[in-house]
Amino acid sequence: MKEHETDIGNKKAVYAELQNVWVSYYNKWVLKSIYLKCYQGEIFGIVGPNGGGKSTLLKVILGLVRPQKGVVKLFGHMPDKHNRLEVGYLPQISKADRSFPVTALDIVLMGLYNRIGFFKRPGSKSREVAMEMLSRINMADHAKKPFGMLSGGQQQRIHIARALASKPRLLVLDEPSTGVDSVAQEDFYELLAKFRDEMNISVIMVSHDIGVITAHADRIACLNLEIHYHGEPDSCFEPEIMQKLYGKNLNVMVHDPGCATCSLMKHEHND
Amino acid sequence: MNIMIEIFNLEFMRNAFMAGIMLSPVLAVVSFFVVLRRLSFVGVGVAHSAFGGIALGFFLGISPTLTAIAFAIAVSNAIGYIGRHGKLSADTAIGIFFAFAMALGVVFIGLSDQYNVDLFGYLFGNILAITTNDLIIIALLGGFVLISIFLLFKELLFVSFDREVALVSGMPVAFLYHFFLTILAMSVVISMKIIGIILVSALLVIPGAAASQITDRYIPMIAIAIAVALTSTAGGLLFSYYADLASGATIVILSSIIFFILFIVGRFRT
Repeated sequence: MKEHETDIGNKKAVYAELQNVWVSYYNKWVLKSIYLKCYQGEIFGIVGPNGGGKSTLLKVILGLVRPQKGVVKLFGHMPDKHNRLEVGYLPQISKADRSFPVTALDIVLMGLYNRIGFFKRPGSKSREVAMEMLSRINMADHAKKPFGMLSGGQQQRIHIARALASKPRLLVLDEPSTGVDSVAQEDFYELLAKFRDEMNISVIMVSHDIGVITAHADRIACLNLEIHYHGEPDSCFEPEIMQKLYGKNLNVMVHDPGCATCSLMKHEHND
Repeated sequence: MNIMIEIFNLEFMRNAFMAGIMLSPVLAVVSFFVVLRRLSFVGVGVAHSAFGGIALGFFLGISPTLTAIAFAIAVSNAIGYIGRHGKLSADTAIGIFFAFAMALGVVFIGLSDQYNVDLFGYLFGNILAITTNDLIIIALLGGFVLISIFLLFKELLFVSFDREVALVSGMPVAFLYHFFLTILAMSVVISMKIIGIILVSALLVIPGAAASQITDRYIPMIAIAIAVALTSTAGGLLFSYYADLASGATIVILSSIIFFILFIVGRFRT
């Protein structure tokens, strides 16, 4: 594994870092003066309203959008097509075409295409790796099922298997709660925590659903064009911060963030 | 049976059938990706813009097939480039190029001194038009399209599934897009004599769309698309011969009928 910048007093590598990042579309700032850091082995949640720049922020981290100003580092270097290969990206599941004519196994195999290389078909070895990934998410029985026939939660797990098949160090998730029922959501976040612990990978996820993020992230940032908070989940609920995020007439349902996050925070202090 | 022998004794019918049989798998496989990537309007735009290329050939007194290939490839890639870089959607870019290329075509035809050009044949297909030279071009370019899709199949499939995920996973997304637009343009041009510019865009959609009604796996889908294209071209050519109609029209009507049948079968299946 490559050397990474580490923080003083914190031996964990910094996997993604933004320093004073500014992005504009059509002369309008969508991200202003963003500073954030995501360390190895943590689930980092970014929460904020729709249109607050969350998806743009993910694209900046992946190097798909170049900021007008500021420094972006992915595993210690500017994001490009090489270090991006160590990132597993999960789109919003609604984006995938429901009638796309492939099986669950085909999707997982896509995670290996880059390693298989041009002009070659996935061989038995690739299939073995893909099947192993499917077993790890308890979806081996669904390998031959058409992807479009699976539920939202199952599709999301298949995407996780696809992303993990390429052995990434960082997973980037765009609105993982969309189109997934709440039981499947719980399973999904458990799975994320499991992979964080077993493979020591990091996760960056964005959502407008503040309850989900605070319950499952180790650290969070609250984003509405600017970062209004950056730290551990529970203190994000200061009325002042909430107002900056969602405006004066906010009415957000929160399911007891305190107790759900304390166990996760203990995890962070383990080392 | 005697009727079939009679037909195949005619050189132009033999040529037309050879062309149809070679074009069917090409159009079917291309249509598979056109349907998955929702590029059917790009197909329409590229097909119509080939008209400008044909007219340019007549104007310059050189092979209209060659100028059409160059023109269609240039226009399809321009559509792709503007769609990726401009502030316009690909949809708007197509609307502009489509009209521009057709208008250029009309001007070139007006300026050229050839008045006996079979424009109707280029627009709607002419069963009599296929020469041995055309067959060679169809074989070469059609073969190139099929072989290159075979070699890049998994990458094209991944990009069709989700462009951004494919990009992050190291797929050369921009190259694959322009490559696909190029082979789309080639497929249009080699089909234009028998199916016609106006009608070929139908066959860039219908075989794949028809197959998608009755299967959700890609290998059967491609096989069914090829079967749909073969049935439509062979049946359409026969009907075109007996009814003395433009071959492109009979082929497209037959393929549309097959689409509606499979659409209904698909409804009952689910």
